[in-house]
Amino acid sequence: MRFILRRLGFLLLSLWAAATINFVLPRLMPGNPAILMIGRFKGQISPKALHALELQFGVTNTPLWSQYLTYLNHLVHGQWGLSLTYYPVPVSRIIAQSLPWTLGLVGVATVLSVFIGVMLGIFTAWHRGGKWDAILPTMSTFTAALPYFWLALILLYLLGYLWHWFPMAHAYSSTLTPAFTLPFISNMLYHAVLPALTIVISSIGGWLLGMRNNMVQTLGEDYVLFGEARGLKSNRLMFQYAARNAILPSMTGFAMAIGFVVGGALLTEVVFSYPGLGYQLLAAVQNEDYPLMQGLFLIIAFSVLVANFLVELLYGKLDPRTRGGASQ
Amino acid sequence: MSQAAHTDAEQAAVQAPVKRSSRWKEWSGILKRDKRPLVGIVILLLFMLSAAFAPLLTPYNPSATQFTPLAAPSWHHWLGTTASGQDVWSQFLYGGRISLSVGFFAGFIATALAVILGMLPSYLGGWIDTTMATFTNIMLVIPGLPLLIVITAYVHQTGPVTIALVIGLTGWAWGARILRSQTLSLSRRDFVIASRLSGETQWRVLTGEILPNMLSLVVANLVFATIAAILAEASLEFLGLGNPSVVTWGTMLYWADTGQALLNGAWWWIVPPGLAIALVGLSLSLINFGVDQVSNPRLRLNKVKAARKPRKGAPS
Repeated sequence: MRFILRRLGFLLLSLWAAATINFVLPRLMPGNPAILMIGRFKGQISPKALHALELQFGVTNTPLWSQYLTYLNHLVHGQWGLSLTYYPVPVSRIIAQSLPWTLGLVGVATVLSVFIGVMLGIFTAWHRGGKWDAILPTMSTFTAALPYFWLALILLYLLGYLWHWFPMAHAYSSTLTPAFTLPFISNMLYHAVLPALTIVISSIGGWLLGMRNNMVQTLGEDYVLFGEARGLKSNRLMFQYAARNAILPSMTGFAMAIGFVVGGALLTEVVFSYPGLGYQLLAAVQNEDYPLMQGLFLIIAFSVLVANFLVELLYGKLDPRTRGGASQ
Repeated sequence: MSQAAHTDAEQAAVQAPVKRSSRWKEWSGILKRDKRPLVGIVILLLFMLSAAFAPLLTPYNPSATQFTPLAAPSWHHWLGTTASGQDVWSQFLYGGRISLSVGFFAGFIATALAVILGMLPSYLGGWIDTTMATFTNIMLVIPGLPLLIVITAYVHQTGPVTIALVIGLTGWAWGARILRSQTLSLSRRDFVIASRLSGETQWRVLTGEILPNMLSLVVANLVFATIAAILAEASLEFLGLGNPSVVTWGTMLYWADTGQALLNGAWWWIVPPGLAIALVGLSLSLINFGVDQVSNPRLRLNKVKAARKPRKGAPS
């Protein structure tokens, strides 16, 4: 229970930090960039919205702390301002529309990549020194260094443009309307194959390498040798004895890994014009739509932080040592 | 058991000349057994030399738009031309200069910050350490690329130097966390306590005793920070957040994407810059295999273990 509370405390602290970064950044920049943006939109939007923008980005005479309190208050109450690109649509509605696409894409791709990567890691460690142990880790070192967007472009070119196996852009065919019907869902999955494949290929290497190294260490432990001497079946030895312990250190790297994957997924969305957070983020940046950009950054950070929190809880459940509390 | 004794003896024989005599011997010993770092060094050197000697390797100016647009690779244009008639091969060479410099510069800043912010507070201890550790953990979990995108969106006119600074200033958290825990474990060792008791100043203990003993971790961090920086720079520039008139591998991909390179079948425009980024990343990872073996001698045993395995009746 104390463990959960401590993790929850850290979650809240990091959520607050992400929100504060959002508040501080535009005010920190030399010659508040928001002034330019507001100048550009003068006359195009209602005076009330203009005033709200000025408040949101600190183009006002109120003291900083009161701006900050107002900002936090609005944030907590879901008032994230109006998007300028899609004026007068609220930022929160755009987020609500694009978040499911990114969550689905990143979620499914990450689960697949972790599962396949860990399995291959177990496999190569078990057959260490063999043929696959020479090929797979070297290959994953290479795929881990591939830029996401470049891999996306190459897959798009080969599988989309040259061979016509998969559609080249968007999340579903424009002729369909989103609905819970079989044709729509299959069409949606069909469109998601290439983006998901990009994310899986780029992120799988890290899981494979990490798992292989941990597994090689675990396989050298005495209890594994003893299990082998007792004549346990290979499968039992591999999964129940070695892999179960070897998987734990992999999970501590999750914090950084998920950040990388989300960053890569945003780029992948841009390449495939996939209507998720990354695609909207780029549109917001290009149009200097700071309210939308801030909102998107916050929701991306929040999602990553919550995902991390859930994994930490799972980790605490799997490894009693982390629940201890005394040591960091 | 004799088997194990035999391998132990082998191990001792291999490590005998290494001892603590010189770092150079330790390195050459590792390189003799593991060729991967060597391959990495060769690839990296190839890219660095070709970038440095770009004027000797291509007669063309990378920004000159005087050639037939979208020409396929030929004898005159080894990697073809872009949609606006630039020579891809010379863009590739000159682009490497900036991409590599930004990568190493940002990697260096991130590592320097990681050393300072990781070592100092953990050695001082107390509330400074607690605060700093929490701050590091927060920086670690806030996703990097979205943060970079937001920062560069506010800073208009982001040239390579600004991008390098922003990447360096945001990318230190992972290294700081690792170096912090290493400092914590080292500062409880006898030799550190001894030097502190003998009246060394805190500064001397940190730079003379603790830092040299985690130098390989620092180098490993430099390697990873550089990979991350090269990828981040390319990502930002691909999104058009850099200065598009500066030729780098990232802006090449930006122009290739906006110029519909793929729909025109101009693979020669897309493949080289991305492949270069991937190969540089690969070479740095390969070098890191060597650095890992310096910092973690257990990894050096791998070959011996692997050789022993089949005789034990490998489970298959």
